[in-house]
Amino acid sequence: MMAMSKKMLDEPSEIEMLLPWHAAGTLNARDARRVEEALARDPALARQYAVIREEYAETIHLNESLGAPSARAMQKLFAAIEEEPVRKPSLTSRISTGIAQFFASLSPRTLAWSAGAAAVALLLQAGVIGAVLMQGQTYQTASLSVNERPAASMTRELGAVGTPPRALVRFAPDAKMADINALLDNYQATVVGGANGLFRLQFGGKSMNKDEVASLMSKLRGEKIVSLAESAP
Amino acid sequence: MSAAQAATDEVLIARIAQGDRLAMQVLYGRHHVRVFRFGLRLVRDEQIAEDLISEVFLDVWRQAGKFEGRSAVSTWLLAITRFKALSALRRRKDAELDDEAANAIEDSADDPEVSVQKKDTSEALRKCLTALSAEHREIVDLVYYHEKSVEEVARIVSIPENTVKTRLFYARKKLAELLKAAGIERGWP
Repeated sequence: MMAMSKKMLDEPSEIEMLLPWHAAGTLNARDARRVEEALARDPALARQYAVIREEYAETIHLNESLGAPSARAMQKLFAAIEEEPVRKPSLTSRISTGIAQFFASLSPRTLAWSAGAAAVALLLQAGVIGAVLMQGQTYQTASLSVNERPAASMTRELGAVGTPPRALVRFAPDAKMADINALLDNYQATVVGGANGLFRLQFGGKSMNKDEVASLMSKLRGEKIVSLAESAP
Repeated sequence: MSAAQAATDEVLIARIAQGDRLAMQVLYGRHHVRVFRFGLRLVRDEQIAEDLISEVFLDVWRQAGKFEGRSAVSTWLLAITRFKALSALRRRKDAELDDEAANAIEDSADDPEVSVQKKDTSEALRKCLTALSAEHREIVDLVYYHEKSVEEVARIVSIPENTVKTRLFYARKKLAELLKAAGIERGWP
């Protein structure tokens, strides 16, 4: 029994080590509950806890009996502060202090209402965004789709009667830069956009009718260095 | 310390960072006694402890802009105090102070005055608390008097949390030994 007690003292349990913090009331809820349960079932631990409470009370008594510093300490401090260089508060520190003071000045009830109002505002915002997305059947992504022609692009096309024809062109992987430049010269074409290996080319400086555009596309597809050519807005 | 006070301490620190002397006075008024007592228990010299608090709060004045709020302001203050106290002790080469104090409690066994004190467990306990080593005194004070959690003590003393727990356990064990030497048995250990 003696050996066992000695061993226990040499290697204190986790709960045993937490007892002082339990006496001081500084444990979190989970640990406090663990300690309470252990105290209820272990009389030896409860005796040790009683001893700790004595130590706790006397430590407070001892510290309180130490008195307080004289006014000299404060005078010395503020004399030293007077000799410190004057600081100019930065804008960011003024803003952060203002925010901190604002929230510190709010009562818990006001803070709770503010948080609630913010949550409602977020929900409303989410609702509006959702409604817009649901209506947006004609919404166009940034991808280069040649088959789907959204209403918006159609409208744009109707208003652009005098614009030169355009096409999406993919060049063959072995096409040389010189060949591509030659093709652009031959067709009086300029690159006006492109992505993912596709180039948007504009041809000439005037508009073409449907047959002319079809003929142009057919001619383009016949080029050795062109692997894809589709008319595009 | 309440959460509300901790929050307003942080506001004070933010104002001090802007050079607000009134905020400095408020913070000083709120914490200087505890800082003084913590320092005094470490250095055991009132004059030095008073010098310490001036140094601690001057550091606060200078470093307030760097305070990141990772710990409570009171925890930060105690950590600075501890650092300053240990520096002061090193300056004085006063390491033998603890040994003298520990010897004092044992030597007093034959003192008739102490024999009377033995009857008063509370007073003997306080005497033995004073006789603990600086390392043990500070951890007892931080937990019991300054009401610091395991995490906060770990931050102040710069040791792992498990070491905090075991150090306090052994401080209490040493306290029990000192009491036993003074003729007082408390049923633990």
